[in-house]
Amino acid sequence: MTTKTATQIGRVLLHTFLFFMAAIVLTPLLWLIASTTKGKNDQFHYTFFAPTATAQNYIDLLHKTDVLPRALMNSTFLACSTVLVQLFFSSLAGFALAKYDFKGKKPIAIVMLATLMIPGQLTMAPLYELLHHLGLVDTYLGLIIPGAVSVFGIFLFRQSILQIPDELLQAARIDGCSEFRIYWDIIMPVSRPMIGAFCLISFMGTWNSFLWPQIILHRSELFTLPIALNQMVGLYNQEYGMLMAGTLVSILPVILLFLLLQKEFVAGLTAGAVKG
Amino acid sequence: MRGSLPDVTDRAANQNKLRSSFRTQHKIAPYLFIAPFLLTFLIFGCYPILKSLHLSLFATNGPKSHVFVGSSNYRFLLGDADFHTAVYNTLIYTFWSVFLQLPLALGLALLLSQKWVRGRAFLRLAFFTPNLVGQVFVGVLFAILYVPQYGLINKALHPLFGVPLDTKWLQNPALVMPAIVLASLWMYVGFNMIYFLAALQSVDTELYEAARVDGANSWHQFRAVTLPGIRPVAIFVLITATIGSFQLFELPYLLLNNTAGPNKSGLTIVMYLYNNGFVTGDLGLASAIGWTLALGVLVVSLIQLRVTGAWKSETA
Repeated sequence: MTTKTATQIGRVLLHTFLFFMAAIVLTPLLWLIASTTKGKNDQFHYTFFAPTATAQNYIDLLHKTDVLPRALMNSTFLACSTVLVQLFFSSLAGFALAKYDFKGKKPIAIVMLATLMIPGQLTMAPLYELLHHLGLVDTYLGLIIPGAVSVFGIFLFRQSILQIPDELLQAARIDGCSEFRIYWDIIMPVSRPMIGAFCLISFMGTWNSFLWPQIILHRSELFTLPIALNQMVGLYNQEYGMLMAGTLVSILPVILLFLLLQKEFVAGLTAGAVKG
Repeated sequence: MRGSLPDVTDRAANQNKLRSSFRTQHKIAPYLFIAPFLLTFLIFGCYPILKSLHLSLFATNGPKSHVFVGSSNYRFLLGDADFHTAVYNTLIYTFWSVFLQLPLALGLALLLSQKWVRGRAFLRLAFFTPNLVGQVFVGVLFAILYVPQYGLINKALHPLFGVPLDTKWLQNPALVMPAIVLASLWMYVGFNMIYFLAALQSVDTELYEAARVDGANSWHQFRAVTLPGIRPVAIFVLITATIGSFQLFELPYLLLNNTAGPNKSGLTIVMYLYNNGFVTGDLGLASAIGWTLALGVLVVSLIQLRVTGAWKSETA
């Protein structure tokens, strides 16, 4: 056997291995989808899909539980609001770090870095008390305001805005552009890839977040999907089909968003780590 | 923006005025842009961190009643068996997260970064998708996958590895942590793989050429070019994975249906914090646990930085 054939065989084996692993990784998700189409009796009788598919699980989801549809709307509202707020404040700060020199820039950057290393659980208790005193417990503002600025986002935007040529900004300034307009009309349109990446990261973080919303939100009308689904598991422990339907509904938005923003996401996520 | 300037002779004077006002704007702007961060950091970051230290010296029953207890909370933690269990479980989980999951992620990234690999985009997507499913939903899904007798995992492992069909992953204290680690592996390998992939792709290919010319084989190239090349990212991934692992909560909490599992085998530090601080309502104890966690994270991170940074002097 020539080395060339050996290499080719090796490559085929490797490809097989990789795709086999990918199939294994995707199997739980396939099972998830399949289980939402199976009735109670078929659920474990057939490993994946049953000969007869049923939509009963989704119907149950809508009617049996009173929380999930509401929770879906809540999660959407909360995630979108949070993304917009974080996007604005983080990109603004990232812009400042990237394109300005000002007193205290370095200390502030170091402080920002330090906050990334601090586990959020350190501040949970006093933060709860503070929000209680501010009357923000059991409100969405109580969730959005403390998290209004994402330091991770600041560094992501700093990284990408650094690439924008200074001459562009100078030209705008000579034309009489205000600093904020430079941000709004020049920096942001050019940063569209990073905006896409950050939106996905921020959306994902808020959508999937459980601990803090669980602590802050008391009224069931405000519950987000993770909280609602957790409740459902407690109440309908054996109704696997319905639980899986709820899970599928919960994870689809993020997956769809990711499919939309794939390229930007990978580029943005790694820009922070690789170049930063 | 000002309207058009009427007189040429006035233009110079007006432009100077404009320039100086824009210069002031230029000076103030960064502070204004940073202000949201500073405000939220001071109010919702700095103040709570300090207050947390203060609170940890009290026993509370909700936000309204505080009783000063000094170091009693910390002494309680030192002696509480449940807290020890939580710390132990968290450390075990972190160990596997770092020493099993990261090498797997790196291995996958190495395979995927080979130039001749086809379908790279699909493979990347496939491995990464589990990460899009939040810990909560992974917990719900895997709780069902781990069901003895009928769950997919036992059904798959039984014919392949002879694992007994009725293996009780979530009811057997010895199997709870492996179950958690497995689910977490599923979730995070793709995520870290993406970081490693980017790092591998950013290594200068000319360095590989140079090494090859010098007679280095694949293994030598890996040690001399690849490893040093991905070092900054590897350190970043190591530290963030460790810090993240210390904060494990949602996955076991959902897997074990809001319990700590048989013999508290699924109890983590943050779960302990949540139960004792927010379910029971003692925010003082919660603060003490929070500080203990933060200090632990700090110590481990510093050790990691030292151990990995100290080698820096070896590479030119």
